[in-house]
Amino acid sequence: MKAIVHINPRSGVLDPQGQAVAGALKHLGFAGVLGARQGKVIELDLADIDAEQAREQVTKMCEQLLANTVIEDYSVQIEP
Amino acid sequence: MNAAVIVFPGSNCDRDAVCALRDHTAQKVYRVWHRETALPRVDLVVLPGGFSYGDYLRSGAIAARSPIMASIKAHADRGGLVVGICNGFQVLTEAHLLPGALMRNAGLKFLCKSAKLRVENTQTAFTRAYADQAQTDIPIAHHDGNYCADEDTLKRLEDEGQITFRYLDNPNGSAHDIAGITNRAGNVLGMMPHPERAIDPLTGETGGLGFFRSLAGALT
Repeated sequence: MKAIVHINPRSGVLDPQGQAVAGALKHLGFAGVLGARQGKVIELDLADIDAEQAREQVTKMCEQLLANTVIEDYSVQIEP
Repeated sequence: MNAAVIVFPGSNCDRDAVCALRDHTAQKVYRVWHRETALPRVDLVVLPGGFSYGDYLRSGAIAARSPIMASIKAHADRGGLVVGICNGFQVLTEAHLLPGALMRNAGLKFLCKSAKLRVENTQTAFTRAYADQAQTDIPIAHHDGNYCADEDTLKRLEDEGQITFRYLDNPNGSAHDIAGITNRAGNVLGMMPHPERAIDPLTGETGGLGFFRSLAGALT
């Protein structure tokens, strides 16, 4: 099974990379871009276990390593 | 005073730190590989600058979970002195030995230049050789030095005198112009500027001498 972890800068935390991306899109003429947040996606290959157990484990991984909760939010998606 | 400099894969200021400590601070300086699980008998642990693990995931994130860190936490809990310089500061925040986080510089550029600092608190083991409110030049060299913490944490840092060094001309967007902080107990310090690069007139500046001389007197 797979777990997909999305990690993004917390709202309210300055995201200079996202701002630069939004700025570049505007320069390219995409006038409708109001803002961008840049985060990361981590895909984990997991041994098959119960989906709820997997979610619990991956949440622990996020708290201990994958995300820095001072500046980042995360979400976990489990796929068979 | 004896000191240990921790070496991670990708550390690149460990030798400079050893030289500075050997010449100005400590009788004995050990270099300790990050895979070790025990520290030699030392009074001071230094986490040097560099790009541990290539800054993968987040600067300092993977180094902060390396085997030696448990002994460093225990050393800090016992009141032992710990210094994190640049990448070492990032490691200390990732290890929760210091509050807050260091984000990408607000201007997005890697900055490598001299920085003007004010020593905000001279009542610490790391700064007592500086005159009160002294201004000093110490170089910076970082991409992720933008100090960030929630409002409560920033207020506590201000109120408790934990802000040790402040930029006079904020180069990276750091909250409250923070260049260096200590923990509440005052025995763990993190700073983005590199005092070990400012100890010899041959290479330009000597603003870091006060730092290593302060540490030399810390146990007396």
